[in-house]
Amino acid sequence: MHPLAETIQARFPDGFLTAQEWRGDLAVTVKREALHAIGRFLKDDPSMDCDYIVHVSSVDWPDEEERFEVVYEVYSIRHRHRIRVKTRVPEHDCFVDSLTDIWPGAEFMEREVFDMMGIRFNNHPDLRRILMPDDFPEGYPLRKDFPLQGKGWRDTFDFLNEGTAS
Amino acid sequence: MAYLEDQRETVYKVDPAHPETKDLPILRTEELLLNMGPQHPATHGVLKVILDLEGERITKSTVVMGFLHRGVEKLAEHGTYHQFIPHTDRLDYVCAMYNNFAYCRAVEKLMNVTVPERAEYLRTIVAEVQRIIGHLFWLGTQALDIGAMTVFFYTFRDREILLDWFDELCGARLTTSWYRIGGVERDFTASLETKIRDFLAYFPPKIDEYVVFLEKNRIWLARTVGVAVISAEDALGYGLSGPTLRGSGVDYDLRKYESYGAYPKCEFSVPVGKNGDTYDRYWIRIEEMRESIKIIRQCMDQMPKEGPVMAEVPSVTLPPKNRVFTNLESMIQQFKLFSQGFDAPPGEIYCGTEAHKGELGFYIVSTGAGNPYRLKIRSPSFIHMGAFDFMAKGYMIADAVTIFGSYDIVMGECDR
Repeated sequence: MHPLAETIQARFPDGFLTAQEWRGDLAVTVKREALHAIGRFLKDDPSMDCDYIVHVSSVDWPDEEERFEVVYEVYSIRHRHRIRVKTRVPEHDCFVDSLTDIWPGAEFMEREVFDMMGIRFNNHPDLRRILMPDDFPEGYPLRKDFPLQGKGWRDTFDFLNEGTAS
Repeated sequence: MAYLEDQRETVYKVDPAHPETKDLPILRTEELLLNMGPQHPATHGVLKVILDLEGERITKSTVVMGFLHRGVEKLAEHGTYHQFIPHTDRLDYVCAMYNNFAYCRAVEKLMNVTVPERAEYLRTIVAEVQRIIGHLFWLGTQALDIGAMTVFFYTFRDREILLDWFDELCGARLTTSWYRIGGVERDFTASLETKIRDFLAYFPPKIDEYVVFLEKNRIWLARTVGVAVISAEDALGYGLSGPTLRGSGVDYDLRKYESYGAYPKCEFSVPVGKNGDTYDRYWIRIEEMRESIKIIRQCMDQMPKEGPVMAEVPSVTLPPKNRVFTNLESMIQQFKLFSQGFDAPPGEIYCGTEAHKGELGFYIVSTGAGNPYRLKIRSPSFIHMGAFDFMAKGYMIADAVTIFGSYDIVMGECDR
């Protein structure tokens, strides 16, 4: 196992689940209860020192019991290592602790995850939709059960028929 | 007239405890909510910012975006890997080449494809040309936003020369789609190489020309020096990258940190600012143009004169066009790659590339099918806007334009 993953495992034996290394990328899967503590550890521990947040993302696996995967990727400028931290949430209890207090840039990225995938973040300062309109009625567009062409809301606007002979 | 007198009565507010003025009417003060955009010429697209103002100072700003959201990430899940390349042109539509580059690199990492040497050099040259175009575009529009109009004409004159090359190279000025997974679409023409050499001699004095307009211009200095200062620690926490981060003194540049293309074979330096203000971010972009010229010159000298420009991995990369028209197997290969795509191995990768705005990354999850299971675009413009509220606090309304101008935002990339 990668030494960084070993450090995380030694420090959080309960929260750590698995680590994969593929094409030079290190990904660590953790329990969501431990996510915030591990994030804090990654930021503050001198051997980790991950001060730069790269992206927050999400993946939908509709056939699995814990349906959604939230992905945080952080980088250490000093040690030049990159760690991807992943956690799983089930659909009926779609909550993750926000890491906005650790990396303030996570605010917008988590809002995007909420907007696109419908995952909610505890203690997030301003959890609203960000790219879709606030009154978007069709749910969360990047979920796998959302059709590519939408669910029909876009055809309901009055201005679409303006100017055409009826 | 009566209206004016009413105004005069209420506007002059003085200390109520003072004996001489305590009977005067009390000035009504309240926070003003200013709605800027989405149709505003300085928002570089359609961006809306709601500013809470106290007098002319910004106390809080709320960014409203998504007006240009086209669901590119969703579209990616429904097409093959090759089909997504033209979509990347429309992300940052000012600098399509670098988006193509970033995407192709990500897929090459996923598929473990090695690009031939000549193609690596061609890619690096074009990427650096694109960086110059991006910085010229930024410099012209940023100066225009601040009120210096002349620079715009000078930078666009030179940008036009470069766009004409792109026209010659791939038939398009802006939506280029010239990069391919495993290489590039076609080699340089002979006349293009001469034109690039001519430009290398022509361009450096032009940079000094822009600098003359700005660096001794008192208005430019007053509007940029000390405006929107962000410390290195905050900039990293907000995920800023590119010149916006380097202005704060962090030398994070993926061309050096995780070198790719022909960059490891070139000598160049990464300019780093000290104060983290708008002026430093401007200065870095000027210096980066000079460094780009150095990189292009070295690449032109070192580049192998002959050689393939596309990797030979028939299951992934496209066959050369002349073979498609004359050879049956190549035609079948081309047809299969475009209609069904290639099966990527299951797994996930993240690959970041130093575009001229910052770190443009692609996070791809594959389940072994012909299209990405999930494709996430880490676009620098979107992440930079996350820091806008923090950086604009306490500055004037007029600085709002300077601040998001200094990120070099393009809404196509921001909203995806």
